[in-house]
Amino acid sequence: MVVFEKTKGLTDNQLHYCPGCTHGVIHRLVAETLEELGVTGKTIGIASVGCSVFSYNYFNCDMIQAAHGRAPAVATGAKRANPDNVVFTYQGDGDLAAIGTAETVHSAARGENITVIFVNNAIYGMTGGQMAPTTLPNQVTQTSPYGRDVTVVGYPVKVCEMLSQIDGATYLERVAVNNVKNIRKAKQAIKKAFQNQIEGKGFSLVEVLSTCPTNWGLTPKAALKWLDENMETYYPLGVYKDKYKEEK
Amino acid sequence: MAEKVLMKGNEALAEAAIMAGCKYYFGYPITPQTEVAAYMAKRMPKIGGTFLQAESEVAAINMVLGVAACGKRVMTSSSSPGISLKSEGISYLAGCELPALIVNVQRGGPGLGGIQPSQSDYFQALKGGGHGDYKLIVLAPASIQEMVDLTFKGFDLADKYRMPAMILADGTMGQMMEPVSLELGEVKEYAKPWATTGKATHEGRNIINSLSLSPAQLEEWNINRYERYKIVERDEVMYEEFMMDDAETCVVAFGITSRVAKNAIMEARKRGMKVGMIRPITLWPFPKDALKKAASKVKNFLTVELNMGQMVDDVKLAIDCSKPVYFYGRTGGVIMTPDEVLNKLNEIEKGEAKQW
Repeated sequence: MVVFEKTKGLTDNQLHYCPGCTHGVIHRLVAETLEELGVTGKTIGIASVGCSVFSYNYFNCDMIQAAHGRAPAVATGAKRANPDNVVFTYQGDGDLAAIGTAETVHSAARGENITVIFVNNAIYGMTGGQMAPTTLPNQVTQTSPYGRDVTVVGYPVKVCEMLSQIDGATYLERVAVNNVKNIRKAKQAIKKAFQNQIEGKGFSLVEVLSTCPTNWGLTPKAALKWLDENMETYYPLGVYKDKYKEEK
Repeated sequence: MAEKVLMKGNEALAEAAIMAGCKYYFGYPITPQTEVAAYMAKRMPKIGGTFLQAESEVAAINMVLGVAACGKRVMTSSSSPGISLKSEGISYLAGCELPALIVNVQRGGPGLGGIQPSQSDYFQALKGGGHGDYKLIVLAPASIQEMVDLTFKGFDLADKYRMPAMILADGTMGQMMEPVSLELGEVKEYAKPWATTGKATHEGRNIINSLSLSPAQLEEWNINRYERYKIVERDEVMYEEFMMDDAETCVVAFGITSRVAKNAIMEARKRGMKVGMIRPITLWPFPKDALKKAASKVKNFLTVELNMGQMVDDVKLAIDCSKPVYFYGRTGGVIMTPDEVLNKLNEIEKGEAKQW
């Protein structure tokens, strides 16, 4: 008797992520969602640049690998060309909130009918742990070795709060994947973000607070705790915008 | 005879794109090509197509990439500084082996430069622009009719060879009006089994990607692409020969410059000077063989360009420096007169000109 099966929304390729990194959990939540909604056959995923650059190896759907920060523009083209397909981007914080800020803001402003999965782990993982636009004040990284000094390099970007001011955005929620309860909530948010697209409701973005044990210099367990104690206070979880709920 | 209509270059080009089956256009305003965007904004909604004014040239070219990945005909247009911004995306299009048409209505540079006509993006179009080993099919129209015909052809070549193509026009081609025929024939459809249209529509998963961390694999991709480029170089060269039968001096010029040179050549002929011209229509593939053949007959070459000397290097390479090559250019938006070209021809004949 099969008690539990791996989701068919993922391929059988082995993930390259570091031990304890929560990208794997987020991949699974997205993949389960695609399977449960029955859309893997008509989904086009847009991989970005950063740790998730190889996500095209893992999501069991057609994939396009975009240039750094450009995933929402590529998604705009793909969705406009194939409005009946489901189009999503999977982007990290450097990709979405630094080099790709314009593409993020304007795809939201246009109300593109796409789903954006935004993985915020407050650091550049792939290049070895540099300061990200979402690195916390005083957080030590390779390029903020004395801690992020906000008087010199400024403050972290709060993406959900920023995008909540944009009329074109439909649904914005910040979730975390550091414990079972939060993972369940994250799944609901991700599913809603895809459901919105299928229903033609427009731009949905789910920001997922994620861990980077390797570059945070913590054990996987300590990283989950660090996320809880540090990231969630700076980046409060919750729904930042839900256009259709507001209209009810 | 086909009915002709008087059209501005930018608008004629846009209409030709629509006739070539392009239903997706992404752009950003920049002089002197903005009429392309304005025309598309009017026409696309009427034909069930998509016109989108992007937030930047960077975004526009990546929207192009998204549509191209899905197997549909798509274009963007800009002018020199905007093409610099698109260069990243053009490299990705080449790396992902995606067809698309990019239009550069050149203006003077570098930097913000000016808004008058120029050919100073020859190197950018032909020698890279973006990073990595790749080529673009580069078409250089010299009349509004060619703005139409080469746009139609550009889409076909891009699809045929699964690579981006560029129309390298200039401000005069964009702004000038001439009568054109829009009878362009049938659009040839190419199967695109590689397109990302959802895996339910094809075998396995389709992945559009330019990344490989394996040097051996990346090298293989590049070598395979260059094998295809060889076929383009063999089969797709286009050029015009003008009064070359008895020519002793061969002028080489493309685009608007070839029109100025033609006037100079006709004046030179009246004075008994034996001058002809080879006009590359495809800048890549470059008409190397035609120039090489000419080199066995003529005494001199004169390259005329609206820049400080760019194509002239390719002329020297094509003829293995077997004959003297001279250059005449104006830049920054200044267009030479036929008299200036004629003066240069006189200098060459008298042995007063300095070789390039």
